[in-house]
Amino acid sequence: MNYTFIALVENRPGVLNRVASLFRRRNFNIESLAVGRTEDPEVSRMTVVVDCPNGEMDAHKIEANLYKLVNVIDVQDVTHQPSVTRDLALIKVMVGPERRAEVNGLAEIFRARIVDVAADSVIVEITGTEDKIEGMIELLRPLGIVEMVRTGQVSMTRGVNDGVRRVPGVNGSRYDDVSELAEMTP
Amino acid sequence: MKKTGAEIVWECLTREGVEVVFGYPGGANMPLYDAMLSYPVHHVLVRHEQGGAHMADGYARASGKVGVAMATSGPGATNLVTGIATAMMDSVPVVFITGQVAAHLIGGDAFQEVDVTGITLPITKHNYLVTRADEIAETIREAFYIARSGRPGPVLIDICKNAQVESCEFVYPDEVKLPGYQPVMHSPRNLMEDAVKLIEKAHKPVILCGHGVIMSKAEEALMQFAVKTQTPVASTLLGLGAFPASNELSLGMMGMHGEVHTNLAIQNSDLILAFGMRFDDRVTGTLKTYAPRAKKIHIEIDPSEMHKNVAVDVPLVGDLKTVLTDLIPMVDEYDHEEWKQEINNWKAEADKRSIMNWVDDGKLYVAHLVADIWKATGGGAIVATDVGQHQMWTAQYYQLEKPNRWLTSGGAGTMGFGLPASIGAWFAAKDQEIWAVVGDGGFQMTAAELTTAVQEGANIKVAIMNNNFLGMVRQWQEFFFEKRYSAVDMLTPDFIKLADAHGVPARRVTSPDEVNEAIEWARKTKGPVVLEFKVEREDGVYPMVPAGAALDQMMQRPVKAG
Repeated sequence: MNYTFIALVENRPGVLNRVASLFRRRNFNIESLAVGRTEDPEVSRMTVVVDCPNGEMDAHKIEANLYKLVNVIDVQDVTHQPSVTRDLALIKVMVGPERRAEVNGLAEIFRARIVDVAADSVIVEITGTEDKIEGMIELLRPLGIVEMVRTGQVSMTRGVNDGVRRVPGVNGSRYDDVSELAEMTP
Repeated sequence: MKKTGAEIVWECLTREGVEVVFGYPGGANMPLYDAMLSYPVHHVLVRHEQGGAHMADGYARASGKVGVAMATSGPGATNLVTGIATAMMDSVPVVFITGQVAAHLIGGDAFQEVDVTGITLPITKHNYLVTRADEIAETIREAFYIARSGRPGPVLIDICKNAQVESCEFVYPDEVKLPGYQPVMHSPRNLMEDAVKLIEKAHKPVILCGHGVIMSKAEEALMQFAVKTQTPVASTLLGLGAFPASNELSLGMMGMHGEVHTNLAIQNSDLILAFGMRFDDRVTGTLKTYAPRAKKIHIEIDPSEMHKNVAVDVPLVGDLKTVLTDLIPMVDEYDHEEWKQEINNWKAEADKRSIMNWVDDGKLYVAHLVADIWKATGGGAIVATDVGQHQMWTAQYYQLEKPNRWLTSGGAGTMGFGLPASIGAWFAAKDQEIWAVVGDGGFQMTAAELTTAVQEGANIKVAIMNNNFLGMVRQWQEFFFEKRYSAVDMLTPDFIKLADAHGVPARRVTSPDEVNEAIEWARKTKGPVVLEFKVEREDGVYPMVPAGAALDQMMQRPVKAG
């Protein structure tokens, strides 16, 4: 099954390559990988979705191996934690003016938006979980999808809940004292 | 004070305590070599960069310090690759410094440009591409810290030529800032208590002593723990020397060519205490039947080794010396008399087949020769080997009492390692006796370094075990490929003439009665010496656990007729 990890890494050149190379070298299959800046300019954040056929054992392996990379600051597994997960897709559909309304109707149901209209095509932007996007793609496919791009999944845990950290003693919690933070929440 | 990047490199190296570097100059590191002349660092000009890498590795293993090797860009750097991988597989702290083309040329296929950080990414603990002079000080400081701390390993710094030439203010950083790199020292108390409970219940415990014991300088803690709990100690190939072979608790080497009683002890144990080792396939045999009744406690600094090959009951992540020191007061004293007796009985039975009992048949056997060298040197020499049959015989019969004396490529299994490693070790221990026990195949891979040994006056003794075969491959072909010998019959040059051409005194030994005199001659002769032993061609290393077989399914040495 797929596991979702959030890795905080130093914002230095080549770190993405190090992470990708590690997954290749240790024979893990990446389903999706999204990288971006965080509130701290020195830290980047990756959301990595990986196929883990051996479940928890693989998840442990991935966490421990990520920590072997000097630039990796923190790794959490948020697969089973309450979290918000989003993926964004741009989908170009080949439709002339006569069927635009049909696309528009679908977009409304999925809370997607039409962000570009050309003479013979439209671009639909949809944000949501993987399932929701897959659902929309299936419905648009008969109309003629000619191009599609997806950002890959990004995740964030709800509240001050952290993900699971299996590797003992390394780095620990991102927050100095989680229980204290929990009490501060209204 | 303003300094050039090249000067900053040497400022930093001398501050890290570097006294010797092994290297080869070229276009992209000439500024480094020019600046070097003003610093009190001895440079060893190697004959091939691979040799330089192994020398730095041998220096690091023998000294416990960080070794340094240098090469120019492109082919200079790619020639290091085998040496880097060797250090990586055996967790040896070496800093590699390579020249790179000027930063503005990178990516343009400039002369001698190769993506060295890309190539070495999977075989280094960490690596750096330095494009500006003001990055150098911080990078070198970090590189040495990373190489020697945690689970040690090689770190490569690729320095662009412009960065070597440009000047900037030199400030040596007081501390390293690595938010993602904090090696764990102590293990959590509750897990240690779980370990103590398993130790209390055990009747047949065995300690597996790995390279981590030496890396963490935990030999004394291991001794205290083993003696207090009276637990027998088996060693991995690289763990040899961490626990004195003459101690009654020592079981010697485990694994594919391990002792019979050692492997039997592991398979029959009810508790395995794995200290600084990683359950390599050469140590476990098939995992399906590995130590089936044993609970397992694993103390190891690298969390990714936990459950990697063998699922363990109590994983204690931390520095071995620290964790053991914490653990010793928590455990009780035991005697385990019955268990030790059981192992001793196995040993007595296996010893009947030992090659040491053979009477002189006029032929030379490597096992006997190693034992002769061991006797002559009082077991105290630094011994480097290549890879193959002679390596296993040396591991079996050069019984080590102390750490940092055993230089062999374990994980990578790199042929050609022995001679350069012994030269590197000489710079770490000039007052000690150093032997390189090598095969005829491996020796030919890096034989050019003999000249390096002569130029440096390295006092090393090279024993070539010449069977005119790639012996280990031959042995496998004999056992597993119906004796269909394929590409193993090897013509060797006249090693005596070869040594002579290098200006190295050499002798050929063809019969047992010449052995001791030749060894004594080599020991008395100053500087590098070559001894060529014409050994029995088709001898086999025993015991042997065939690849993929259970650890207790050993092929034992056939009883010799007559």
